[in-house]
Amino acid sequence: MELISGNEAIARGAWEAGATIGVAYPGTPSTETMETFAKQPGVYAEWCPNEKVAVEVGLGACAAGRRVLSSMKHVGVNVAADPLFTAAYTGVNGGFVILAADDPGMHSSQNEQDSRFYARAAHIPMFDPADSSEALAFTKNAFEVSERFDMPCMIRSTVRVSHTKCPVELGERVEVEPKPYAKDAEKWVMMPAYAKPRRVSLDARVAAVTEYAETCEFNRIERNEGAIGVICCGATYQHVREALPQADILKLGMSWPLPPKKICEFAASVENVYVIEEGSDYLSEGVRALGVQLSEPEGTLCPDGELTPGAIAVAFGAQAPEHAEMRDDLPGRPPALCPGCPHRLVFRELSRMKAIVTGDIGCYTLGALAPLSAMDTCVDMGASISMSHGFELGLQGREHKPVVAVIGDSTFAHSGITSLLNTVYNRGAGIVCILDNRTTAMTGHQGNPVNGITLQHRESRELDLPGLVRALGVEDVAVVNPMDLKATRAALKAAAQNADELSVIIFCSPCVLLSKTHEAALVVSSDCRACGACTLIGCPAISRDEDGKAHIDANLCVGCEQCSQTCAFGCIGKAE
Amino acid sequence: MSNDTKTVLLSGVGGQGAILAADILSRVAMACGQDVKLSEIHGMAQRGGAVTTVVRLGDSVASMVADKGSVDYLVSFEKVEALRNIEFLKDGGALLVNDEFIKPLPVATGAVQAPSGVVESLEQAGAVLVPAEALAKEAGSVKAVNVVLLGALSTKLSYDEATWLSVIESRVPAKFKDVNIAAFKLGRKFVEECSA
Repeated sequence: MELISGNEAIARGAWEAGATIGVAYPGTPSTETMETFAKQPGVYAEWCPNEKVAVEVGLGACAAGRRVLSSMKHVGVNVAADPLFTAAYTGVNGGFVILAADDPGMHSSQNEQDSRFYARAAHIPMFDPADSSEALAFTKNAFEVSERFDMPCMIRSTVRVSHTKCPVELGERVEVEPKPYAKDAEKWVMMPAYAKPRRVSLDARVAAVTEYAETCEFNRIERNEGAIGVICCGATYQHVREALPQADILKLGMSWPLPPKKICEFAASVENVYVIEEGSDYLSEGVRALGVQLSEPEGTLCPDGELTPGAIAVAFGAQAPEHAEMRDDLPGRPPALCPGCPHRLVFRELSRMKAIVTGDIGCYTLGALAPLSAMDTCVDMGASISMSHGFELGLQGREHKPVVAVIGDSTFAHSGITSLLNTVYNRGAGIVCILDNRTTAMTGHQGNPVNGITLQHRESRELDLPGLVRALGVEDVAVVNPMDLKATRAALKAAAQNADELSVIIFCSPCVLLSKTHEAALVVSSDCRACGACTLIGCPAISRDEDGKAHIDANLCVGCEQCSQTCAFGCIGKAE
Repeated sequence: MSNDTKTVLLSGVGGQGAILAADILSRVAMACGQDVKLSEIHGMAQRGGAVTTVVRLGDSVASMVADKGSVDYLVSFEKVEALRNIEFLKDGGALLVNDEFIKPLPVATGAVQAPSGVVESLEQAGAVLVPAEALAKEAGSVKAVNVVLLGALSTKLSYDEATWLSVIESRVPAKFKDVNIAAFKLGRKFVEECSA
């Protein structure tokens, strides 16, 4: 038995099923899936600039006859939705399996989304494992189902499946010969004349896979006392098993299509039937649509966040266990930009300018938190640049502070380029800061098209970022070292003075975590005047003692000298 | 079914090594024939923020999360984080706390006052305060705080010491093997002497 996470198990399942190609964009909680797959022997795997591109590359490889794995977080499915919906029409040649990793509780995401709705809307069979063993088995099986029914398949996990490790029995890899490719325009060219018959074909394939769901061993009934019947899937099943040990359970390993006969028979076999699910009413809607009368527990189950066994037990009438109360005066401990993070001074300056900052997705979203507090919006990948253009339009004719978009290098490659093109095309103004820290830091330092590091370390090339921005039509392009406070301030000031033009500043300095060695910690001299200026950059290594003087924690400080540049009295420096 | 399941909650600050500690604990349980689930949170929470990792151990473990009032062993790598997670501790559960205070950023910048009476609150809750940093230094590396705390936790669990040591040896880089073995033993000895 191996102790592996759900993500590792999905990668392993794909490998055992003979998949040879993997395509993904990283995103918590999905990232380790493709990282693990890429390390298997005999596979090719790549990071793509975004999930839409990944699914399209995957669809091409599957059309050419290979078994392909793609993985993404829930919001990545939004980006990939365009090819996904039509991939259900074309179907596959080699099996094509896509992981959608949901994040109920928003541990590292901007929203909660239930990807099961995508499966239903796009007509893509979806498997919903409850632990690592199932993740492996379901993924392996999904390739068979994909080829048998000529449909891409999805695996849906949640953070508690993706990031929970448990013992798993590994299997052997099956070597699968690539299927021959033969031109078939009626299957692959989705213009109306061919898409209309494919729509009819899709309905037939859905009917066939629904029949399959009725007998699929992953949709199983656990018999018990017969009073309480629960229909559930995914990690929720594990909570139900613990909270309601007396319950009969219909454990759905496929969350789309639902097996109507099996559900109705189960409902008829128990006194009261409940659906327990987190995040949405996807499953209860589907069960009710079959004419099943669902019972409701006495207590409520919150629709937001994650379910727990305790929450379910209490909803079904159990007493919550006694416990000590938390003190109400504990300081919060929000995450923060790391000591030495190259983003820090940019946000400090944006805060000083009182700029309207449209932010984006990545570590630098932490620039929104105190004491930097330098972000007005954060919505989705690439939105910083498009929303800043919108702010400029919306504020036109009114006096306003500079509007500044802030976006990371990987996010820019993901979805920022088209947004910038739009601003150029429509003669928009404002400032766009590309925080190029040479990596996709938030998800654990993956390569991306900007740094030119590929997933399996094949040779590639760095992007000429200023060259690309100029080619898009931006005339005012500057490349600035964000570790240099004066240069950062001067660049932002110059761009702000050039208010009627679009300015792009590329702040280029590598993520501090990419370096294994650091400069010696800095020290504060006894001349410190307790002004507090250095603490406004929000460095975790700097604190103030009882009389307000600065103190630097030598264990945390990496000697980056950002703080020393903020000290007007020259009180911070290297130890003598 | 899973009513023999024990729940360990490891709380601390991102980067303190709780995930490796949870991994070692899980493998010890597996080596002793148990089922295990280890649930961890990645991503934004790791950037110096508060983090928790749950390990559940037993014959057949179902859920991977911990409810308030359900944790048998709360091991905190930091004092304020112990108090933040105290609600999860079961009545009669064990509380092992690294005797270290790491200033949260709002305290460091002076925006919020450091809480007073932390040790008193912990003692009231029956905590064993482990000088893990000092013991880790004694073992040879301040980074071994996580393994010191595992040694402390090991006194509360029934797994034999030899299994702990062999799992630790297999999970840490060879050059840190001796440091971690020493760290484990010091943590274990400290709690044994406390309760003696």
